[in-house]
Amino acid sequence: MAERERVVDRPRWVTHDVDPERPSVARVYDYLLGGAHNFAADRAIANHVLEAMPELRGMALTNRALLRRMVRHLLDLGIRQFLDLGSGIPGAGNVHEIAHQVDPKAKVVYVDIDAVAVAHGRTILEDVPNAIAWQADVREPKTVLESAEVRAVLDFEQPIAVLMIALLHFVSDSEDPHRIVADYLDPLVPGSYLAISHSGYEEGEEDAAALEVRERYSEQVAETTLRNQAELRSLFLDLEIVEPGVVRMPHWNPESPDDVDETTKRFPGFAALGRKW
Amino acid sequence: MTERVDQRVPSDRSELDPAMLAGAEAFARTWATAVIGSSYVPMTRAEVAEHLQLLTEVLVTALLATPFRTAPGYEIGSRLVEAHFTGTDTLGRTVQLLGDNLLAELGIGVDSRMTSRLAALQGALAAGYARALRERTLAEQEAIRAAVLDARDQAETALRASEARFRAMFTEAAIGIGIADIEGRILDVNQALQDMLGFSVEEMRQYNIRDLMHPEDSGNVWRLYDQLIAGDRDHYRAEKRFHRADGEQVWTHLTLSLVRDDHGEPQYQVAMIEDVTDRHLLQNRLRYQALHDPLTGLPNRALFLERLGRVFAAASGETGRRAGLCYLDLDGFKVINDSLGHDIGDQLLVEVGRRLDHSVSGDGKLVARMGGDEFVILVEGSDSIQDIVNVADRVLHELEAPIKIGGHELTVSASIGIVERALDGTTAADLMRDADITLYWAKADGKSRWALYNPERNAREVARFTLSATMPAALERDEFYVDYQPLVRLADSKVTGVEALVRWQHPEFGRLAPDRFIELAEETGLIVPLGRWVLRKACEEARRWLEEFGDAAPFVSVNLAVRQSRDPELVRDVKRILDECALPPHHLQLELTESAIMGTADEPLEALRALSDMGVRIAIDDFGTGYSNLAYLKHLPVHELKIAGSFMEGLRAADEEDAVDAQIVSTLVQLAHALGLGVTAEGVETPSQAKRLHRIGCDTGQGWFFARPGRPEDVDRLLRGGL
Repeated sequence: MAERERVVDRPRWVTHDVDPERPSVARVYDYLLGGAHNFAADRAIANHVLEAMPELRGMALTNRALLRRMVRHLLDLGIRQFLDLGSGIPGAGNVHEIAHQVDPKAKVVYVDIDAVAVAHGRTILEDVPNAIAWQADVREPKTVLESAEVRAVLDFEQPIAVLMIALLHFVSDSEDPHRIVADYLDPLVPGSYLAISHSGYEEGEEDAAALEVRERYSEQVAETTLRNQAELRSLFLDLEIVEPGVVRMPHWNPESPDDVDETTKRFPGFAALGRKW
Repeated sequence: MTERVDQRVPSDRSELDPAMLAGAEAFARTWATAVIGSSYVPMTRAEVAEHLQLLTEVLVTALLATPFRTAPGYEIGSRLVEAHFTGTDTLGRTVQLLGDNLLAELGIGVDSRMTSRLAALQGALAAGYARALRERTLAEQEAIRAAVLDARDQAETALRASEARFRAMFTEAAIGIGIADIEGRILDVNQALQDMLGFSVEEMRQYNIRDLMHPEDSGNVWRLYDQLIAGDRDHYRAEKRFHRADGEQVWTHLTLSLVRDDHGEPQYQVAMIEDVTDRHLLQNRLRYQALHDPLTGLPNRALFLERLGRVFAAASGETGRRAGLCYLDLDGFKVINDSLGHDIGDQLLVEVGRRLDHSVSGDGKLVARMGGDEFVILVEGSDSIQDIVNVADRVLHELEAPIKIGGHELTVSASIGIVERALDGTTAADLMRDADITLYWAKADGKSRWALYNPERNAREVARFTLSATMPAALERDEFYVDYQPLVRLADSKVTGVEALVRWQHPEFGRLAPDRFIELAEETGLIVPLGRWVLRKACEEARRWLEEFGDAAPFVSVNLAVRQSRDPELVRDVKRILDECALPPHHLQLELTESAIMGTADEPLEALRALSDMGVRIAIDDFGTGYSNLAYLKHLPVHELKIAGSFMEGLRAADEEDAVDAQIVSTLVQLAHALGLGVTAEGVETPSQAKRLHRIGCDTGQGWFFARPGRPEDVDRLLRGGL
């Protein structure tokens, strides 16, 4: 029996089924960001969770803002190729939009497991050169790295930034996130980067109410595995963590001093950027 | 439709005085804070502020414009939506801020005209926002629905491609593939499987997998099947036979696999079936060839041994089971083979094999060719030796009819050794060895016959063989010794000579008389050294007597075998021995049988003449029992005739006398005397015989009447004390 359980215990809705009546992470996220690329089922779930955890919307917005800051920073460092893993529904402020503002020849590959998200992405990117959307389960790096389509866009002889924004808390320990990271880093040339943002608490921060909500979230939405800063640090393997190191998400190179305060010091999520030498 | 943030600068920005600008800036900052907290904005805080600054300027310009138009307000509402400031609170906060703060920041007095204008602009902004938001929402909804359809199409295309690939593989595969559900109902079979079994798809769909059971299937195969459909096993392999639609059989390698659904429950079973009939038949053919003689087609030695082994194995533990063997061998086959050629020889064997097979093979009877011209017939479960004899008789009968080959009419016969016994307490090897021995007897006894195994005969032969083998060593070890029987002159009852008789004190068999081993010695040639040894012993004894008794010393009479008489060293040996023993030659008599002397060729005759010339006496032993050439006799270097003891039978008491025998003896005596030869009568046992012989004119007598053969000391006593 144990053998078969492993097959079925993937949360049903982290799926590439194309069923509008089943909520998908990508579409819920889009709704949280104020988009309309979602269906009733997505909104229902999202609202249900927001009732118990209203800060979820803020967390989504913070993640998005972090993505923007990181991409801009990477562009400043000279990176012109991006692999956005778990990119979700392409909404406002996509990686390619940010990148092409700086360099229209910048190359972007979006990868998501959600077939609808990827189909939507393809439509949007039809007339956009140097950017594609690709459907794959990012937990199987080979299917991404060995794809002919991906390789047609990204030049693996040049530095690439791999973006794992709000991704790894959907990868449980038993799925070996370290190995997954290692597999993505392996074919990259020195000068490449890895960006990770991850939900998590430090010791003692999660109160009983929050824990209960999170457990309910895990049951109904997606199995999440929270990690603290030290654990996030370990996911970077032997990369050099650039300034400001592993910090709370809002504290990662904030755009203005107004963006950080006492509450942001307890933000339940961390981020860091690592460089491959 | 792209979703870039529109950061175009409104084209109708008018010049505002610095105080207004400052106010607008202040308002814009507050506005930015309100917006940022309520929407995801793909801009930095500074960029938001800058963007809103521009919009504020447009708004202020519109507020102060003449003529007053609400259109700019409308446009700003749209622009907010385009800039993605679409949080649910954004509009509310914007409108509220406009109402609360704008005029104050601008330093414009609150009067009914301004309030009215502001209200109008707020309204327009709200309307523009609402409309733009609705447009946007509808567009995004449309986009996401289109994405769903695209994704579905993609998935379906991929699925169809996968199905098409599967279909191609299924249809085109050279190996037979069949699919059934968990109940065993056959759902689909590919062309290869249809061809293999001779059924169409429709016909096969009527069947359940269990209908395809074959009587030869091992129980194991179906046990594995049950495990598979229960989900306890994912696949298994088996050898399986199937009945084709046309009744023929196919032998196959079968792999059966279980397909599970997403929940892991058994859903389908897939069979991959490879036709190995050819291989199977080839293996059978090879095995057949390995066990059958290629020339005659009969079972070969290997198969025979296998079968014999099985007969014994089947009988083990069961008492009373019997079996028999005929070992047969064609008489004179070698001659045919050599004279007419191997080709004819082979054809002969084929015909013999055919006749044997035809007449004998059947239940419990196996005919095999062992090799060359040897055949064997195994009879299982015989009741008695008669069963086997019947078989042998049949074989001999079958071979009576001539065999026509290549224009020749060949007649062959066979020698057959028969063994039959209970299997308990014997082995295959014993059976075969004894059959072989018996075959040898059949040949020795004259061929074209069967012979039965006889334990006594076998024992005798074994004993003979043992004697023969141990004789040389025995000679070395002085196991032989010589007895002497007196030869008595009938006239005065004096012992004139003694016959030397060799005995063998055998450690195993005891005291053996010459009839037990002399023939063997002749066969092996050991007679020569043995004879020499006896001669020497006798001469030594004779010398001793000579020394003790002088003229009264008897001569020794030593038997000479045919073989010895042909020995080129004979004369030399005799001379040497005489010299070494210092025995005068006339003290030695050599006895040869009648047939030995009569059949003598030139050279041995020369030897006898030489011996006779030397002074050695020559006697013919057992005279009257061979085929004498009387004319020849005259010219032979012979001195004495010894009449065979068988003639003495008739010379008993006068009233029992056989006149014929008496006449014969009398005639022989006259004959001998006529030729100048002495006569010795052997086997004299009674006084009347002795008396009669003397009356007839016989010179010497030998027999138990006078004395039995005894040790030299016994002779000594006789010589000293007389008879």
